[in-house]
Amino acid sequence: MEWQMYIFAFLVGGAISMLGQLILDFTNFTPGHVLTGFVVAGGILGGLGVYPKLVEFAGAGATMPISSFGNALVQGAISEAERTGVIGVLTGMFELTSTGITAAIVFGFLIAVIFNPKG
Amino acid sequence: MARDPKRKPLTVDQKRYTEMVRDLVPRPPYLRNSLLAFLFGGLVAIIGQFFTDIYRITMNMSVKEAGNPAVATMIFIGALLTGLGVFDKIARYAGAGLVVPVTGFANSVVSSALEFKREGLVFGIGSKMFILAGSVITFGVVTAFFVGLIYALFVF
Amino acid sequence: MGAKRIGKQTWKPEHPPVIISAAAVVGPFEGQGPFKDYFDHIYTDIMAGERSFEAAEKEMLLNACFTCLNKANRTPQDMDFFLAGDILNQTISSSFSALELRIPFFGIYGACSTSAEGLALAAMLVDGGFASFVLAGTSSHNASAERQYRYPTEYGFSRKPHVQWTVTGAGAALVARDGEGPRITFLTVGKVQDFGIKDPLNLGAAMAPAAVDTMVRHFADTGNGPEYYDLIVTGDLGKFGHSLAVKMAVSNGGFDLSKNYQDCGLMLYDTRKQDVHAGGSGCAASATVTYGYLYRKLMDGELKRVLLVATGALHSPVTCFQGNNIPGIAHAVSLEMI
Repeated sequence: MEWQMYIFAFLVGGAISMLGQLILDFTNFTPGHVLTGFVVAGGILGGLGVYPKLVEFAGAGATMPISSFGNALVQGAISEAERTGVIGVLTGMFELTSTGITAAIVFGFLIAVIFNPKG
Repeated sequence: MARDPKRKPLTVDQKRYTEMVRDLVPRPPYLRNSLLAFLFGGLVAIIGQFFTDIYRITMNMSVKEAGNPAVATMIFIGALLTGLGVFDKIARYAGAGLVVPVTGFANSVVSSALEFKREGLVFGIGSKMFILAGSVITFGVVTAFFVGLIYALFVF
Repeated sequence: MGAKRIGKQTWKPEHPPVIISAAAVVGPFEGQGPFKDYFDHIYTDIMAGERSFEAAEKEMLLNACFTCLNKANRTPQDMDFFLAGDILNQTISSSFSALELRIPFFGIYGACSTSAEGLALAAMLVDGGFASFVLAGTSSHNASAERQYRYPTEYGFSRKPHVQWTVTGAGAALVARDGEGPRITFLTVGKVQDFGIKDPLNLGAAMAPAAVDTMVRHFADTGNGPEYYDLIVTGDLGKFGHSLAVKMAVSNGGFDLSKNYQDCGLMLYDTRKQDVHAGGSGCAASATVTYGYLYRKLMDGELKRVLLVATGALHSPVTCFQGNNIPGIAHAVSLEMI
C-alpha cells in the first residue's frame, strides 16, 4: 500500500475517535456505553456493506476502532452463512474476530499475572 | 439500563435543583478534548497501519489477512501499557483517542483482570476479566447474529 | 424532647466534651498538597506496604488510631468505645481495625460524613456519662474506592471537570470528658435529602442540598449565624458543590457563606498543580483536614470557632445502575476553644 493510506488511516481513525469523545463530552454516556454503541453501529454498517468499503479506503483507520469488531463479527457470520446457510451464522460468528478475542484473553491473563495494579 | 417504572417522578424542588445543576455544571473543554481524541485516535490508526503493512510484506499476507495480527499487536500494546500503569495516565488526556480503538478494549480487559487479581486466579482474574468488555462482546455478537440471520434468510 | 436538644435537630452537650488528641495520615499524593506539614504521617506508597488497597486502607486507619492514642499518652485499654466507619462495602476497614484495637466497637456509616457522625456520637456518649474516652476514626483510599464505586484503577478514560478524586488517608480523634483542646459545643444531625441527582460522578451536586439544609438548620437552632464561626467547612463538596452550596444558602436561608466558608476537598489539594478536577472526596477528606490542619490551627489559637459540616452521598453502584437517585446527608459539629 502507498503512503496515502497512512493519511486516510489517520483521518478516519481520528474522526471515529473524535466522534466518541464528542458523545462522551456532550452526553452522560459512559465509555462502556460508547464502546457498546460503536460495536453495534459497526455491525449494522457491516451488514449494509458500508464498513467493508471504509476498510478498503482507510485501512487501519477503520480496522483499529472498536466498531470494526462489530463489522468483523458480521462479516464472519455472513460469509459462513453464504456457504452453509442459516447455521453458518452460528459457526462463522468468531471466524475473523477470534484473533482479537484470543489475544485480549491471553495477554490480559498474562499481564494480570505478571503486573500489579498501581492505582 | 433497567428502569423502575414505579419510581416516583421528580418533585418540584428536585426538578428545579436538577435543572440548576444541569445549567451550572462545569463544561469539559470540548475543543481540546476532541482535538486530542482525533490526534491520538489517528496516531493509533497509523501505528496499526504500520503493523498491517509489516505483516503484509514480511509474511506475504493479503491486506485482509494482515489486519488480524495487526489488531492483536495493538491489543498487546494496549495490554502492556495497562500493566505498566501508563495507559490510564495517557488516556486521561487522550480520552476517546485511546478508548475507542482496540487499545481501549484491551485496557478494559486487562485493567479488570489486574484489579481483581487479589481475589485469586479463578474468582478474580478468570471471572472478572470481562466485567467491562463483556458488554462489547455481548452486544456485538447479538447484533451480528441478527444481521447474519437477515442475510441468510432474505438476501441469498 | 431530650433535655439537651435545642431547636429541631441540634443538641447542646451540658459539659462540652473535648477532643484531647487527633491524628491524620495520608497517601503520597495528598502529601504533596498545601497541608503536608500538618499530617502525622505521609505514606510514600499507596499500598502502604500491604498486599492490597483494602489492606492498605486498614493499615492507614489503624496507624491514625494508634498515633492519636500515643499523642494523648493513652492505650486502647483506656478507651470506652471505638466508633469508626468507611466507604468500603460492609465498612470492612473499620471492623478489621477494631479487631486489632480490641476496644468495644460500634461500626457507623454515613458515607463521607462519617467523621462528623463519629464526633457527634462520641460527644453524646461522653456527655451522656456512658464513656470517659471515645476514639472516633474514619478512612478512605483512592484505589479501593475507585474500584468499588467506579472503574478498575488502571482503566483509562477522560474525567469530566466535576468529577472528584477520592482522598487516600485516615483520621482519628480522641474525645474525652476533660482536658485540653477544642470542645464540641453543638451537634446538628442532618436528615437525608434527595434532590434528584443521578450521576454518580457528580457527588458534589448530590450532597450540596444536604449540607445547606444542615447548615441552615444549625444556624436557626443555635441562633448563631455564619459570622459566629471563624471558619465553616463542608466535607467534600468539591469546587462545583461548593459553589452550589453558596448559592443555595442564600436562596434557602438567606445566609451569606461567601466570607468564611471552605470545603475540605478543595483545601486538601493545590487544585492548580494537582490534577484532581473538582477536588477531593471520601471520608478522609474531612477527616484529614479536620484532624490534621484544623485541629492544629485550633490548638494554636489561630482559629477559635469552627463548624465542620461533613457531607455524605448515600449511594452504591447497585442503586445507581438500577436508576435510583443519590440522596445526601450532612452532619454538623461545632468545635470551639473555650
